[in-house]
Amino acid sequence: MANPKKILNDVKRVVPEMIEGLALANDGRVYKLDGKPALIRKDIPDGKVALLIGGGSGHEPLFHGFVGKNMGDGAACGNVFAAPSPDVIAAAAKAVHRGKGVLFLYGNYAGDNMNFDMAVELLEDDGIEVRTVRVCDDVAAAPPERMHDRRGIAGDIYMIKVAGGAASELGTLDEVERVARKAQGWVRSMGVAVSAGSIPETGKLTFELADDEIEVGMGAHGEAGIARQKLKSADAIADELMDKILADLPFKRGDEVALMINNLGATTMMEMLIVNRRIRAILEREGISVHRTDVGTWLTVQEMAGFSVTLMKLDDELKRYLDMPAESLGYSRM
Amino acid sequence: MTGTLDASAVRDMMRAVAQSLIDQTDVLTNADLTIGDGDHGVGMRRGFEAALIALEAEEAASAEGAFKAVGTAILSNTGGAAGAVFGTLFRAGSKAFAASGVIDDASFATALEEGLAAVLKRGGVTEGQKTMVDALAPASRAARAAVGQGLAAVTAAATQGALDGVEASKAMIATTGKARSLGERSIGHPDPGAISVSLILKAMQDFTAGA
Repeated sequence: MANPKKILNDVKRVVPEMIEGLALANDGRVYKLDGKPALIRKDIPDGKVALLIGGGSGHEPLFHGFVGKNMGDGAACGNVFAAPSPDVIAAAAKAVHRGKGVLFLYGNYAGDNMNFDMAVELLEDDGIEVRTVRVCDDVAAAPPERMHDRRGIAGDIYMIKVAGGAASELGTLDEVERVARKAQGWVRSMGVAVSAGSIPETGKLTFELADDEIEVGMGAHGEAGIARQKLKSADAIADELMDKILADLPFKRGDEVALMINNLGATTMMEMLIVNRRIRAILEREGISVHRTDVGTWLTVQEMAGFSVTLMKLDDELKRYLDMPAESLGYSRM
Repeated sequence: MTGTLDASAVRDMMRAVAQSLIDQTDVLTNADLTIGDGDHGVGMRRGFEAALIALEAEEAASAEGAFKAVGTAILSNTGGAAGAVFGTLFRAGSKAFAASGVIDDASFATALEEGLAAVLKRGGVTEGQKTMVDALAPASRAARAAVGQGLAAVTAAATQGALDGVEASKAMIATTGKARSLGERSIGHPDPGAISVSLILKAMQDFTAGA
């Protein structure tokens, strides 16, 4: 398969150039930390519990596009598909800290876990209290009894939204952590890949899929999913994803949920809306009501084609934080 | 044939290691494309390019300092799991040279042991999970067994131990990291991190041959 066409300058400078462009696109509400690949919100109120998010680059607008009011206070950025280093995370944490501690929220990957944990150790020396909540919403990655082995995928966005709202309103790190953990327990996702994305620096696709193949349950870096299959209809794919997601929590009759359909990069809105129609029919059949729907592009994997479906069970508290207005480049909602 | 490397020789050895890994970026990229996302080669290149610069600094003037400078450069520039693990390996291993200020056969074996212990703790992994540990652990054991035969023999034994580990990793099923979800599809391919361990030790073997 031909390597993808990319609109780039120097492949070794894709991340710094992207960060420069991202900071500028925030029209003055966000700044880049001096000498470090991290973005920080300018107007963090004093005495606020801070929310620091972060992870590998290449998934834009995740994570660094979600810095803003009622969202992340800062984001530590790694290289493409690689976790940020401990010094970057620690510097970003210091920049967002307003005396009430910092919640680290990121996807559950070995590299992120190690680097963020090393940053926690560095910050202990500075007397900054940190709590960690990892997003592990991908039901395809491991069975329910091994949640700690599950990857974080598009559930990241709802988790950031909820934790961001809670961190704006609640006065203690304990309380913000409690809300984030509730959201972590109630969010489930699963995706399907139709074609591969690439890493700019190698110029190579991260996996190969034949023209008539899809991979159900594939991760956000091309990690293997549940099964390779022949391409099938939108409804059949939606049925398979929803079967797995609904049975996992499990979501029950009478539950109220938020529904996100996330484009992995190159899938059209038209396809996702067709999928949405089937998902709503399934949810109606199961007696599950939808409090809000998000269909769009938030966690991408370069030019990978495919989408993921995320459901988060809601109660009044999660609804409140999910519905707070959000202001960020990657996700805004009035 | 003193069997020891002084501070200046250690710095030269680490430069040779860095250059060797930079030169073999494509080997690592291709190995990682098979069972990972293909970023291991460019990640290691970024780390070792930064290491070459760090080795010019004053802090890298001792044996301990040279290892620590390389580890810190990798930690900050490679990023991801590889940055954390290989950065930890060199930084923790550096402590073995603090007392004597030189590298000899015994302190080299100790450095591998201390590096391994720190990596196991940081990564929360054990042997057999198809990671760089599967090359580092046998290398460390082989190095310890060869202590008393001189530094060249110890680095040669460590390299052979690592290469055996790379070979053995082919039969393992990945149970951690991004390759984990491949499950049985990971069988037959060596772990890219294990290959990196073997390349690092091979460069050290080449440098110390005749030392």
